[in-house]
Amino acid sequence: MRTIELHKSVTESNDRDAERLRSELLEKGVLLVNLMSAAGSGKTTLLSRIIGDIGQKVRIAVLEADIEASVDAERIEALGARSIQVHTDGMCHMDAGMTETGLREMGLDGIDLVFLENIGNLICPAEYDTGAGLNIMISSLPEGDDKPLKYPLMFQTSQALVLSKIDTASYFHFDMDKFIARVRFLNPTIHIFPVSAKTGEGMEALEDYLLEQTKAWKEKGSHA
Amino acid sequence: MHELSIVMHVAKTIDELAEENQLAKIGSVTLQVGEVSGIVTDYFVDCWNYFKRKHPLLVDSELKLETIHAVTFCEDCKQDYETVRFGRICPYCGSEHTYLLTGNECIIKEIEAE
Repeated sequence: MRTIELHKSVTESNDRDAERLRSELLEKGVLLVNLMSAAGSGKTTLLSRIIGDIGQKVRIAVLEADIEASVDAERIEALGARSIQVHTDGMCHMDAGMTETGLREMGLDGIDLVFLENIGNLICPAEYDTGAGLNIMISSLPEGDDKPLKYPLMFQTSQALVLSKIDTASYFHFDMDKFIARVRFLNPTIHIFPVSAKTGEGMEALEDYLLEQTKAWKEKGSHA
Repeated sequence: MHELSIVMHVAKTIDELAEENQLAKIGSVTLQVGEVSGIVTDYFVDCWNYFKRKHPLLVDSELKLETIHAVTFCEDCKQDYETVRFGRICPYCGSEHTYLLTGNECIIKEIEAE
C-alpha cells in the first residue's frame, strides 16, 4: 500500500465538469438558467407563465429535475415547450454531469434559453455548480421574510431572486423591507423581482431581464 | 440524501485517480470534514458502507474522518471565535459582520492504495 495525498475538495471534479459545460453552452449561444427554490415555491407555475409570455421571442426549453414522477414535465410540454424529465433517484441536487446528460438527451438545436428546474431544496443545490450561466432562486412570500437568515448560501450564489406569490401578501405577516434588507446584506448586487405568476404583477420586469440576459449571453458567445 | 451524493462525488474523484495511477485496490480514504459543512458523519459512514459494497475498487476500503474546527472572523473587532458555540453574531462586540474562516470544507486528504 502506498499513500497518495490529494487535498482536493469533494466538489472539485464537479466544478471542472461545470466549467466545461458552461463554455460549451457559451459557444452554442444557449443560456442555461439554474432555477433553485424550496418545494412548493411555484417554480413550474412561474415557468409556465414565462413560456406563455415570451415563448414567441426566445425559444425556451426546460430540464425538469425531480426525485421521481413526471408531472412537471407534462405541465411544461402541454404549453408546447421542449422539455425533459430527469430523475435523480434520491439525490437531493443536480450536478454538472447529470445536467449535461439531460441536455444531451433533450437536444439543444434551435434553443436559446434553457431552464433547469432544480430539486426543490434550499441547501445542497447551492453547493453544486450545474454549469449554468445564470443562477436564479425563487422564494415565495408565504415562506416568510426570515428565509435569508436560514439559508444564506442560496441567496449568496444567486444573481437574481424572484419573490413569488406576492398576490397572497394580505394573508401573511411578511415584512418586505426587512426581507430585502436581509437579502442585500448577504448579496448587495442581487436583482430582486417581486412577482405574481397568477395575476401577472411584476412579470414584465423579470421577463425583460431574462430576454436581456439571453441576448447578452449570445453576444458574449459570439465574441468568445 | 445529501451524504450519499457526497459519497458518490468522492468515489468519482477516486475512480479518476485510480485510472490515472493504475490502482487496483483502495485501502483507506481520509476525508477532512468541517464542523459546519452540514455533513452528518454518522449518516456519511452508513452511506459509505452501503455504497462501497457495490463498487469493486472501494469494497475493502476503510473510511477515516477528520474534523476541521469551525472558526468565524469578525470584521468589526477583528477577532476570531468558535462558530459552533456562538453562531453568526460576534460574542465580543455583538456585530453581524462576520464570516466563516474554516469549517465548511469537505476535502479528500489522502488515500492508501495499491
